[in-house]
Amino acid sequence: MGGYGDVQMIDENGLRVDGRGPGDVREITIETGVVPVADGSCRMTWGTNEVIVAVYGPMEAHPRKIQRQDRAVLDVAYNMAPFSTTDRIRPGFNRRSREISKVTKDALESVVLLELYPRSKIRVSIEIVSAEAGTRCVGLTAASVALADAGIPMTDMVVSVASGKINDVVVCDLNKEEDNYGEADLPMGILPNTGELVFLQMDGDLSQDEFKQAWDYNVEAANEIHQLMIDALSGGDSQ
Amino acid sequence: MNGSPVARPDNMTKMSSAGGPREEGRGQSLVIPGDDLGSSEEFVPGHGAMEMDGRIRAVKHGRISKREGSISVNPTHTRYIPKPGDLVIGYIEGCTNNLWFVELGAPFNAILPMSLGPGKIDFGGTRSVMDVGDAILCRIQEVEETHSSVATMKGMGLRKIRSGVIEEIAPHLLGRLIGKGGDSLRRLKEGTDCRIVVADNGRMWIDGELEGILEVRESLNSISDKPQGGAN
Repeated sequence: MGGYGDVQMIDENGLRVDGRGPGDVREITIETGVVPVADGSCRMTWGTNEVIVAVYGPMEAHPRKIQRQDRAVLDVAYNMAPFSTTDRIRPGFNRRSREISKVTKDALESVVLLELYPRSKIRVSIEIVSAEAGTRCVGLTAASVALADAGIPMTDMVVSVASGKINDVVVCDLNKEEDNYGEADLPMGILPNTGELVFLQMDGDLSQDEFKQAWDYNVEAANEIHQLMIDALSGGDSQ
Repeated sequence: MNGSPVARPDNMTKMSSAGGPREEGRGQSLVIPGDDLGSSEEFVPGHGAMEMDGRIRAVKHGRISKREGSISVNPTHTRYIPKPGDLVIGYIEGCTNNLWFVELGAPFNAILPMSLGPGKIDFGGTRSVMDVGDAILCRIQEVEETHSSVATMKGMGLRKIRSGVIEEIAPHLLGRLIGKGGDSLRRLKEGTDCRIVVADNGRMWIDGELEGILEVRESLNSISDKPQGGAN
């Protein structure tokens, strides 16, 4: 991080490479019910990111040894399609996708009422179709919409968004260039109704003030995105 | 096979939740998980709602329904979860010497012990009575905490299904199919001259002339395709 410190990514007017202000989020569209065979599904585009999430279940957990007698288990699989980036990605799990699957699962476990479905499994498949930057945030946000679409009981939605630092300026929702040449990245998973945090990672260094600024940008963006989620789920395209 | 109706829709809508949301009246708004539904001093949380820090919040995506001081959310999409007393149509998915496993479209298969099977069966003779793939009309007798359920075929009209067709719609659309007090279903039966048994797990048994069955199917498709709106 910060190895390309002389790359100028904020102009004299304070605008970023794609013309956004520091607190602006890329354009987001959310659509539910896109996978007809799934119990719940969601397609989300976020800038040039595109992700499809399908939720199946609750169903009997197999193999039996993964069953929990007091609650359901979440089976979250995050995967990037081989064609999702300019460099082809080798199909199958890798270290990064395992990590993201795990953190997504942990974040979702804190909102889904798993104790209502003992011995069951809820399968969440997150497929990244087109990747730019911040796919873990898009995946987690879309997964919570798909879970709601599947009628899975949850205490709140999860909205995930990242802020970071480029040229010593804290900005919200980094795009690819900013992610690659920026100095820090702070993805957060926020419960919009209570303001609780279910997911937090940090890459690079932020001072206390910068951290606070990034936090505020994330919370503000989360509320905006939450509104889009409400609109998508109430839109009537979901059965 | 054309005796008296197996299940009367009027009874079904009163006895079970298969009738779906019954609270009519416009203005039922859609909520998503986490939405605030009001103070817990005013209301008691019902299905799809939970009390959190003195407020009632939705835990499912659906429409609000308020009734007698309780507030609940009728989900717009849900899987079938068995409840004791539900009339269900299942498929035999396996059998042992003394019981059958019945697939209901729920997360778990129900078991149907020989003692609750149709008529008298000898030990080891389960397969000769009902084999894998057979469809049966049965009732849920018992559901355990761990979601294992026991089905029974002792009761009026519970039987193996030998004629007609079985159709399936999402359980949350049953309310729309049955209508207020069973009106829509009665009209459908009279209009198509078919015998229709709607089970709580979203499956229905349609028996009658081919034209009638096709007509019923068409109306089912129109129910499934219609976007959600209004009272239901």
